[in-house]
Amino acid sequence: MKTETNNLSNANMARRAFLRYAGASTAVAGIVAMQACSKDNSAYEDVGGGDSATIDVGSGDPGILNYAYALEQLEAAFYIQVVNSFSADFTTEEKLLLTDIRDHEVAHREFFKAALGSGAIKGLTPDFSKIDFSSRTSVLATAKAFEDLGVTAYDGVASKIQNNDYLVIAGKIVSVEARHAAVISNLITPGSFVDSDQVDSNGLNITMGPTKVVATANLFLKTKISAKSFNF
Amino acid sequence: MNLFDVIENIEKIDPELGDRINPRRSAIRNMASFGSKVAVAALPFAFGSLLKKAYGQTLPSGVVEVLNYALTLEYLEAEFYNQGVAKANLIPTADKTNYFAKIARDENNHVTFLQTALGSSATPKSAFTFDLTANGTFSDVLTNYDTFLKVSVAFEDTGVRAYKGQVTALKSAPDILTAAVSIHAVEARHAAIVRYVLNKKLNLGLKPWIVSNTKGNDTGIAVVDGNYAGEDNVMQGPVDITKLPATGTSASKTSATAAFDEPLTKDATLALLVGSFIKLNG
Repeated sequence: MKTETNNLSNANMARRAFLRYAGASTAVAGIVAMQACSKDNSAYEDVGGGDSATIDVGSGDPGILNYAYALEQLEAAFYIQVVNSFSADFTTEEKLLLTDIRDHEVAHREFFKAALGSGAIKGLTPDFSKIDFSSRTSVLATAKAFEDLGVTAYDGVASKIQNNDYLVIAGKIVSVEARHAAVISNLITPGSFVDSDQVDSNGLNITMGPTKVVATANLFLKTKISAKSFNF
Repeated sequence: MNLFDVIENIEKIDPELGDRINPRRSAIRNMASFGSKVAVAALPFAFGSLLKKAYGQTLPSGVVEVLNYALTLEYLEAEFYNQGVAKANLIPTADKTNYFAKIARDENNHVTFLQTALGSSATPKSAFTFDLTANGTFSDVLTNYDTFLKVSVAFEDTGVRAYKGQVTALKSAPDILTAAVSIHAVEARHAAIVRYVLNKKLNLGLKPWIVSNTKGNDTGIAVVDGNYAGEDNVMQGPVDITKLPATGTSASKTSATAAFDEPLTKDATLALLVGSFIKLNG
């Protein structure tokens, strides 16, 4: 899996060519799905591993809150850049939706920062070099990947949250992320909002543990994160 | 399990994909060996029986209660969408294909999943009679698409709130908690889409998320005010979202209420539905 990750970052030319054929949404969904489905968990430890600057989210409830804080930082940074440099391809309606989503993600980020207080991890530096912000297709594909990732992450870790208030708040956030995910997906392809990469055959949203979520998030982070206490 | 679909679909569009990503492709092919394939195919159904096996007759009574409550709501939703989709000239074909057939599929899957998890403890559907008009409040729900959409929005937003209200009651059964929050996320996907479709049709200024300014209910459907009571909350734990450092309008009440969906208790939810949409038999 490490090799594949490197291939992804080093083979931008091939990937760009592929994006033109398949549409970026399929490609990014593919990246996330491949991360999600890999059985080779051990390889993920190498992603950003050995880098002394890697930030671990910690353990217990604060660890889960920091994990969420890291993901919200990533999402907020992405949408801030989207809104600051809107592609001319977006309709007015799409711009309004994306601006709303930016505001929600900023609120989520600031909520976790405030709730964690001195226990919060530092601000993370994103790496958006793989995203073409001038392309509606690239922006929406990335948005879909981030939103779907957020939903799978919150749902995947919810059962580990001890504090009832934070468990409920995680629920309050994940349903809003799911709303975002559905709408973004539907903007890409009308009628796409509960596809098989999002919802399984029991009608349950796909879930993912921190190990795989972190590996995917690190593809878009200069400051790498880890979640060593949540080894699933 | 989705990986194989993804690869297959990409290959349909781009037959040369294999050459582009050859190392990954062989890794995937290896993963898709016979044993894995069987395991992957069996997984979704196996999960239901796994829950049953893991908890079975020893499911804590509190958990059984929550699951039966969820099942009751899913019976109602499944009934609503099954009838709506089956009704001629109600839902435009494109919306049926794109949206409501898929939502109906999910709700029916939720019913099956919960029944499987509950096993013999599942309350049968025959315990209830469903009145989709809610004693005539929505008398044209199956003949007027606008009404159908409005009821759909209220059901989905309420469903999200209802599941959220039960998460802490499921802590003793972590696998079931995970399943419940995952169903909850799917209800939220539905909610966003039906709000989007309703807005497209009637241009109400309705967002896919619940924007509560003066009161919880942002749908303009006064009779469902109770379904949205409390959605205007801006306090999350000790944190007032409207007092946080802002970008754009992230600290406005509009955004602060939309960024967090609020839970609804079981009692409040049942009070909204039982006697109107749901009649208890016997």
